[in-house]
Amino acid sequence: MIGELGQLALCLALALSLVQAFAGFSGAARGSARIMAMGRGAALGSFVFIALAFFTLMFAYVTSDFSVWAVAENSHTAKPLIYKISGVWGNHEGSMILWLLILGIYSAAIAMTQPVGHQANAELGSRALGVQALIAIAFLVFVLLTSDPFVRLYPPPFEGNGLNPLLQDPGLAFHPPLLYLGYVGLSAAFSFAAAALLDKRNDAAWVRRARPFATAAWTALTLGIAAGSWWAYYTLGWGGFWFWDPVENASLMPWLIATALIHSMMATERTGAFKSWTLLLAIAAFSFSLIGTFLVRSGVLNSVHSFANDPKRGMFILMILFVSITAPLTLFAWRAPKLTPGAPFDLASRETGILINNLLLTVSAATILTGTLYPLVLDAAEGIKISVGPPYYTATVIPMLALLAIAMPLGPIFLWRRSDWRAGLYALRYGFAAALVALLAALAIARPLSALGLLAVTLGIWLIAGSMTDLARRAGSWRKLTLLPSGAWSVALAHAGLGVVALGVAGATIWKSEAIAVVAPGQTMNVGAYTLRLDSTERVEGPNYTADRASITVLSGGKVITVIHPEKRSYPVEQQVTTQSSIRTTVISDLYVVLADAREGGGWVVRAYVNPLAPFIWLGALVMALGGFVALGGRVAARARAARPSMAVSEPAE
Amino acid sequence: MTPKKQRRLAFAITLLLAGGGAAALAVYALQDNVLFFYSPTDIADHPEKVPEGRVFRVGGLVEKGSFKRDKGLEVRFIVTDGKNAVPVAFSGVLPDLFREGQGVVAMGTRSRDGIFQASEVLAKHDEKYMPPEVVDALKRSGHWQEGQNGQGGNS
Repeated sequence: MIGELGQLALCLALALSLVQAFAGFSGAARGSARIMAMGRGAALGSFVFIALAFFTLMFAYVTSDFSVWAVAENSHTAKPLIYKISGVWGNHEGSMILWLLILGIYSAAIAMTQPVGHQANAELGSRALGVQALIAIAFLVFVLLTSDPFVRLYPPPFEGNGLNPLLQDPGLAFHPPLLYLGYVGLSAAFSFAAAALLDKRNDAAWVRRARPFATAAWTALTLGIAAGSWWAYYTLGWGGFWFWDPVENASLMPWLIATALIHSMMATERTGAFKSWTLLLAIAAFSFSLIGTFLVRSGVLNSVHSFANDPKRGMFILMILFVSITAPLTLFAWRAPKLTPGAPFDLASRETGILINNLLLTVSAATILTGTLYPLVLDAAEGIKISVGPPYYTATVIPMLALLAIAMPLGPIFLWRRSDWRAGLYALRYGFAAALVALLAALAIARPLSALGLLAVTLGIWLIAGSMTDLARRAGSWRKLTLLPSGAWSVALAHAGLGVVALGVAGATIWKSEAIAVVAPGQTMNVGAYTLRLDSTERVEGPNYTADRASITVLSGGKVITVIHPEKRSYPVEQQVTTQSSIRTTVISDLYVVLADAREGGGWVVRAYVNPLAPFIWLGALVMALGGFVALGGRVAARARAARPSMAVSEPAE
Repeated sequence: MTPKKQRRLAFAITLLLAGGGAAALAVYALQDNVLFFYSPTDIADHPEKVPEGRVFRVGGLVEKGSFKRDKGLEVRFIVTDGKNAVPVAFSGVLPDLFREGQGVVAMGTRSRDGIFQASEVLAKHDEKYMPPEVVDALKRSGHWQEGQNGQGGNS
């Protein structure tokens, strides 16, 4: 029963998406307010039915309805409730439903935020909804034809196959939804760009509508990548947080392009610069999302992220990818010559800063794409199997990010169009000083000395101090700091956040210490300034696993600090083992301990790391995302003020 | 030249320099940082491809009954593609999914005595996954059976 309901809901969503596409385009072409309103209604309806399908699937998981194929394949009655819920998207079919749900959320948001009474803007929004509908149709057909989770099983099995234990982690509740909110959110900017290209009176108005969606997508993508990296850090037991795995690269590339996009959008909206470039970036950002979806979902790359592989699916996504890249680019090639040229600017101006940002970010994305695709191409062309490891990415991406970090505090200091560069540099004098002090401090205390580490610390502090200097300069005094416009805060937070990330990355890679030893109960080993004493190991029973659990006393300078319990879990249903590492954090530093396998004579292999500043990686990402939230909040507040003109007068001017 | 044209020229040159520089950097970095994959048969047939000290990756199945550990840190096992085999020594934490009879990829160097000293061992991520290189190596040695290890199991 439940399965049919879900399938029916997907079919109805498909039908309404067809209406949405038709009404969206034809309503705008005829300038008919009624047809355009119908398109918006269809967008809301389509969203409601996709949500119905999604919650139907979730209901089947929660009630362990094994007559539904996806549930039998990926769930189990003994699984804790949270993993029944998050298990909905812990497989290919369910994750595509989540993908569709988020696409629906963005379409509905575009429909709901359509300002009333402005004809040109209504037509723009209507066409954008039409493009959104085309994307939804492509993916709904994809799901119904190749990845239908609602296929019935008769007779239903007594018990399900269970979920990959690696995915039985709270991380599954956050990482995929946030990542998809980012990936799929970039579709909104893409749709508005395509709508602008379809419109004869092409101007920069689309940027004003698309920018909040791009900011929201960027914020979610930032959080999603950070959540994934944190999950890998605590669950994989290698003490690492980023592996330059092709699947990670697939999420980093859209992030880099989205970052470039939100910056060039800022310039286009404010001064009209980079008009065509911003259009291209909006198309590129979503294209990179689709490339990511293709790489992860087609089975070209094998990893924990690729569930069951089916070449049919890969071909289908490749076709969607091909159309959604070539169609708007063709449109662009046709329209671009008619675009009005972007507004000019001087060398010393904020636009130049944004230009540098865009150049470095897109080139970084291109180098990562090269490294990710090169092994695939070489294998297909010559059958040579290679892999491109972290050294490649360190050698190419790190220099570009370093250049970017040097330029980042300068951008916000300079004014739009033209600026006095001497005054700008002078305004940043405290930032320079702080970076210099940080460099000297690192030279004095950090061991071993590493040029890359010193660079990271200097640039990290330069970013943080530079952002604070900018805030202080704008406010003039401490008390006025809260009165600053949200835009100033969001820039400062996002830039400073990256500085915090840089410090964390440097600490956790260059200054980490690690040790591995076989220890029997009562024996000790040393890592960094700590001594670890294995007290005992015992067998414990979890809800759907049994575990070997160690009790390890942590000592520092002869004093007991704490007792930690790393585990090695064994899942009988899935016949799999997972590592539960134990992380003791002081925020300034992480002690990371992994219990590995047993040895003859009662010994256990224990691996331990001390990762200085590691938590800064994720704290920094949170600060960056906070910048995104502040920008969004500022937009919402501005909208609310604009909607009530009488109130605006009585409020203090910003 | 008018100032406008000058600016455009400067812009184009910057763009070319940045793009060219990045491309050169990428090509240079790719040359030095590519890891080759060889199956045990590749190594037996072309030992000249893997001189002592060259870092590469080897993959195949962990031979049943070959996994040995004693009191120390080091473990030993044999990677086979059914035709040829390579003994591997590793001192570290084996991945959770490491098991005899399953696919594995090891990264490291060959020592003089022919033992592969692994610095990193990767096993498949779940029961449905076999490293693609390993599948290929087994196919080439003629020891691959369709449906092995649930490949493409539930589609």
